[in-house]
Amino acid sequence: MRAFAELLERLVYTRSRNAKLKLIGDYLRSAPDPDRGWALAALTGELSLPGVKAGVIRQMVTERVDPDLFAMSYDYVGDLAETVALIWPAPPDAVLDAKPEALSLGETVERLSRLTRLDAPAALSAMLDRLDASERYAVLKLATGGMRVGVSARLAKTAFAQAVDLPVEDVEEVWHGIDAPYPALFAWGAGDGKRPDARGLPVFRPFMLAQPLEGEADLSDYAAEWKWDGVRVQLVRAGGQTRLYSRAGDDITGSFPEVAEAFLREGVADGELLVRGAGQGADAHGGAAASFNALQQRLNRKTVTKKMLAEHPAFVRLYDLLIDGERDVRTRPWTERRARLEAFAEGLDPERFDVSRLITAKDFDDLARLREGARESAIEGVMLKRRDSEYVAGRKAGLWYKWKRDPLTADCVLMYAQRGHGKRSSFYSDYTFGAWDSEGGLLPVGKAYFGFTDEELAWLDKFVRANTVGRFGPVREVEKTLVLEVAFDSIHESTRHKSGLSMRFPRIARIRTDKPAAEADRVETLKALIV
Amino acid sequence: MTALGSWVHAHPDGIHIPDGDFWIDPSAPRDRALVTHGHADHARGGHGAVLATPETLDIMECRYGPQSGQPVRYGETLRLGGVDVRFVPAGHILGSAQIVMEKDGERVVVSGDYKRRPDPTCPPFEPVPCDVFVTEATFALPVFRHPDAADEARKLIAAARANPDRCVLAGAYALGKAQRLILELRSAGWDRPIHIHGALQRLCDLYRAHGIDLGDLRPVADAKKADLKGEIVLCPPSALNDRWSRRLPDPITAMASGWMRVRQRARQRNVELPLVISDHADWDELTATVTELDPEELWVTHGRDDALVHWRRSQQKKARALHLSGLEDEDD
Ligand SMILES: [Zn+2]
Ligand SMILES: [Zn+2]
Repeated sequence: MRAFAELLERLVYTRSRNAKLKLIGDYLRSAPDPDRGWALAALTGELSLPGVKAGVIRQMVTERVDPDLFAMSYDYVGDLAETVALIWPAPPDAVLDAKPEALSLGETVERLSRLTRLDAPAALSAMLDRLDASERYAVLKLATGGMRVGVSARLAKTAFAQAVDLPVEDVEEVWHGIDAPYPALFAWGAGDGKRPDARGLPVFRPFMLAQPLEGEADLSDYAAEWKWDGVRVQLVRAGGQTRLYSRAGDDITGSFPEVAEAFLREGVADGELLVRGAGQGADAHGGAAASFNALQQRLNRKTVTKKMLAEHPAFVRLYDLLIDGERDVRTRPWTERRARLEAFAEGLDPERFDVSRLITAKDFDDLARLREGARESAIEGVMLKRRDSEYVAGRKAGLWYKWKRDPLTADCVLMYAQRGHGKRSSFYSDYTFGAWDSEGGLLPVGKAYFGFTDEELAWLDKFVRANTVGRFGPVREVEKTLVLEVAFDSIHESTRHKSGLSMRFPRIARIRTDKPAAEADRVETLKALIV
Repeated sequence: MTALGSWVHAHPDGIHIPDGDFWIDPSAPRDRALVTHGHADHARGGHGAVLATPETLDIMECRYGPQSGQPVRYGETLRLGGVDVRFVPAGHILGSAQIVMEKDGERVVVSGDYKRRPDPTCPPFEPVPCDVFVTEATFALPVFRHPDAADEARKLIAAARANPDRCVLAGAYALGKAQRLILELRSAGWDRPIHIHGALQRLCDLYRAHGIDLGDLRPVADAKKADLKGEIVLCPPSALNDRWSRRLPDPITAMASGWMRVRQRARQRNVELPLVISDHADWDELTATVTELDPEELWVTHGRDDALVHWRRSQQKKARALHLSGLEDEDD
């Protein structure tokens, strides 16, 4: 328990991603089985101990501590596990004198998992009596789930992969087919076990990703498709179950039931999740879809209402096929997978699925003209896929390219700045900028925290400090004199800013000290860029 | 029968004793102020006459310039109007005192800020039995239990030794905490120079002038970035995430404060190495002190007064909060 408690303690205070990976990796390499497996389950959010709920913990603690003092403390600390860990009174001397044996993480999990609502308070109390404050915190976090140590499931998997020197994509692929404390996974990682088998299970496979195109591509080697602005999803059906996964491997089936219910062919497909509408593309591009904003109404929803389903019906524009029936076709060339995808899609509901249209272009110049013409239809750009490429996880050079149309730019005025995190915590590095309204006032139109060089950051930081006119917690309001050239992929209507606008992927392209603030762009001008 | 301590008036901006014609730790300028210790929320500038320990007067002069003060040594008794007044050690910082007042056979003790742990920079808290104990309550929640300061200092040293390519930058309140931390580091075996932010210099000099040996201290401004690798640097908490820290080699941010016991508090301040070292009494010290003195009434000046009052009342004893608005949670 000691080592795991120490790991959590150090993760809480570590901000750098690499330092976190190292801490977790060191622990996974040195801890015994099954402790390290349970730790990995806890960090990936896959440990569930239904016998110990928040109510049980409250009941337990108020048997030992004055309930009012507990309530005031909880109010102050804000986290149940931490409050209880800190407030837990020293046990009677008899308990300390008995020198109880130290419980390992594995034994702790095993005991916790056997508890029922009825015997949990007493058993958990006895356990806490033997531990110090940071071990108590670890036990209570295990019990209640949600470590709150700034580690995502993906980061924990990456740490494991790095610790055993496997590609994280391979780990993610076997992940959904194994159970905590993952003996098969650790055996495989140590080189004395087979790769765990996921056949017959609806598990996630890592995505193939594209690189930005620089230079030209020969269209006899590359096929071109339109680039759609939605959410990349993977559709998996195996053993009679269907799952939708996001790019990070999160299961988002519940948010899009109408899509999941319609995917009734055994296999794994890759595509873009979109919402029906007219915001991007047209018939000429294989059918229109709503803008990303409309899709946003459907993301991160735990419950999906009938109204939402009716107003923003979702569908998937299919890009690729990874598994055809039971056959893994990822090592087959793109041309073959494309042919299989077209046949596969024949058997799916056209309301919910179509196949991404290929672009017919004579040569690269012709494609460039088509791409430029697609701006009017609000299409983000073009994808290029090597015709003989296998489906490989990650962003491998030379296989897939994204060729976004040139960004839009606007000259905006810096309004507010906020400090960054980690290495940037001493710099004002998050900038809110605005455009002029018809009454001569500035309205915020976006926020950007990248795009600049280190030198530009130092310069901006100095500007903010020297030109502060107001402070609101971590935010500084500055003199409205500095013009920033902001680049962005597209601009949409939104209620988030008072201007009614929101930019997609805004970044600081240039600092325009040469330009007077009065000559910055107007909200009206930006509105005209909405397509 | 008049109420206990009726000659002691609590106002939001300080404690007023009309019979003695003086105020204790007033937050507005007064003709005669008795000051418990040098922290800025207790000791303000601009009073007519200041009565305080010689150390506290020195601290006030260092901060606010010359004071028309009258030094009062620990244990010395003064008669102000009809009130007998005595300063006794509070164990909080250099010069910190409780103010013991007696009138018509009633004794009221105003603790100022205090702690019960050993502190090499000041004499220990002296318990004085009394009818009314006026206490602080900065850490008056049972979640606050300060660990041994020596262990915390060892953590800081271990971090410096484990990271020869970085430095450890520890934030510590400039008056009291910084000097205590330096001494803890010294007794834990750190005899290398300790590099200090300019804002700590004058107060460290003052402690030295009072015979406290802080060892080799050097201004950060004089050091080259590369020479600070593997070293310990101290600064006031406000400088931790400031531009100033860019001159340091990839600093590990530490902070010495009782608040560091709560993880979210430490995270909010971007602290990587929390050090739970406080100059205030924790929950156990507060409740043990009140139990030991067992006053008829407990009055609480500032901090988590609701919790301490609730605890005392649950023992069928009188307690109330004074709501002195001028006193704050020291960044401590
Ligand atoms: Zn103080
Ligand atoms: Zn105070």
